[in-house]
Amino acid sequence: MDIPRHWRLKKQRYALVGEVCGHCDTKVFPPRDICPACGEEAKTLYQFSGRGEVYSYTTVYEAPAGFEEGAPYTIAMVRLAEGPLVTAQLTDLEEKRVEIGMPVEMVTRKLRNATDERGMLVYGYKFRPVVAVP
Amino acid sequence: MADMEKLLKPEHPVGIVGYGAYVPRYRLPASEVARIWTDGTGGLPIKEKSVPGLDEDVVTMSVEAARNALLRAGIPPTEIRAVWVGSESHPYAVKPTSTIVAEAIGAVPNTQAADWEFACKAGTEAMVAAMGLVGSGMARYAMAIGMDTAQGRPGDALEYTAGAGGAAFILGLEEDSLAVIEASYSYVTDTPDFWRRADQKYPEHGHRFTGEPAYFHHIVSAAEAVMEATGTKAEDYQYAVFHQPNAKFPQRAGQMLGFMPEQIETGLLVQDIGNTYSGAAIIGLTAILDIAKPGDRILMTSFGSGAGSDSMVIRVTERIDASRGKAPTTQEYITRRTEIDYAQYVRMRGKLTMK
Ligand SMILES: [Zn+2]
Repeated sequence: MDIPRHWRLKKQRYALVGEVCGHCDTKVFPPRDICPACGEEAKTLYQFSGRGEVYSYTTVYEAPAGFEEGAPYTIAMVRLAEGPLVTAQLTDLEEKRVEIGMPVEMVTRKLRNATDERGMLVYGYKFRPVVAVP
Repeated sequence: MADMEKLLKPEHPVGIVGYGAYVPRYRLPASEVARIWTDGTGGLPIKEKSVPGLDEDVVTMSVEAARNALLRAGIPPTEIRAVWVGSESHPYAVKPTSTIVAEAIGAVPNTQAADWEFACKAGTEAMVAAMGLVGSGMARYAMAIGMDTAQGRPGDALEYTAGAGGAAFILGLEEDSLAVIEASYSYVTDTPDFWRRADQKYPEHGHRFTGEPAYFHHIVSAAEAVMEATGTKAEDYQYAVFHQPNAKFPQRAGQMLGFMPEQIETGLLVQDIGNTYSGAAIIGLTAILDIAKPGDRILMTSFGSGAGSDSMVIRVTERIDASRGKAPTTQEYITRRTEIDYAQYVRMRGKLTMK
């Protein structure tokens, strides 16, 4: 297990913290310090709202090592309300058929299941159908 | 000790600035447990209990409740100077739940963080400590969470009721509060009604010993003392909420203290989500805050085995109307519901061996 990598990525993983470009206001996720729109430096941290919609999706039946316990599960590309596309697992889907354009919201969940009873627990963002619109 | 001196009262009056609940979406009907273990015979202590998904634990559930509390408080997370999580199902034996929660909500690094344990009253214990931290002027805001994903041994009476859920509260000064904590009192003795030894997966309980000398004695003693010291009677409260290991205990405790069923029903969630342990009394409080009016008085009394009770007199303020709509209500989480059978439950609760 790559502990330093998990530790370094925790802000973006736990809470969808990305960056905003001070030149053209483009929101950047995942953070890469360079604005993909204008090519200028973009280092200001930006807290995404977590709202978005399903852009495309696929269901995984043959899960890779570390993810077998959760199979089958659905992976989606989510278009965030602020613009960027992110790839993440969908969760809490029961009874809800996934559809392109379905509104989703970010939640922080366990990314791997506890098949390794001694290792570190890894948490990060997933998306689920919106619970309630305030 | 004189009644007034018993109260835990901070230097500056403290209240709830934001609150948030969380209940996972899966439900196991009690009839499913009976189908497997008693051939469907015998009475059922509740209708159904909540079960966490495969990717949920006390960390993820606390994060969601904490985010809901932040939405309602409308304060920057960096102003929270303590993140305290009470639970008896922390995912790690060593490594705090609270540091992960604090990081996820953006409260790091200028914060206290610790995990609290006192069976089912760890959440209210953290609330009382947070009152002290804010009321002494050490912190502007402090967060207290009670959250559990309790497990009962397969076939045990506890398997019918051991549910998952809880709530988070941000405490601050009276003038920022949607509900003021007017008084608090704690009643504690050494009582061996329920325990789980280190490294054991499932708890043990003292069977008949759990009722009178434990639950009822501590709840009633704490609630009577706080009412006595504040000069209040049952009829002065619009709502009362108690720790709820099943439906009967809190109803009887309420009756013993002179409360009517109408005062208790709003906060009585155990029939629909089970016993959420550290979360039980406080998630009942969130359901009350979701509908209470300014000026309403609430009596909340927790119970933790081992044993003790924290009892609080809470008064709702004008700020409630502007705050509560900013996050999902407790009932919205409860009605978001997917029924599972015992086989799915066994898989989701990790009772299925993969190796
Ligand atoms: Zn730019």
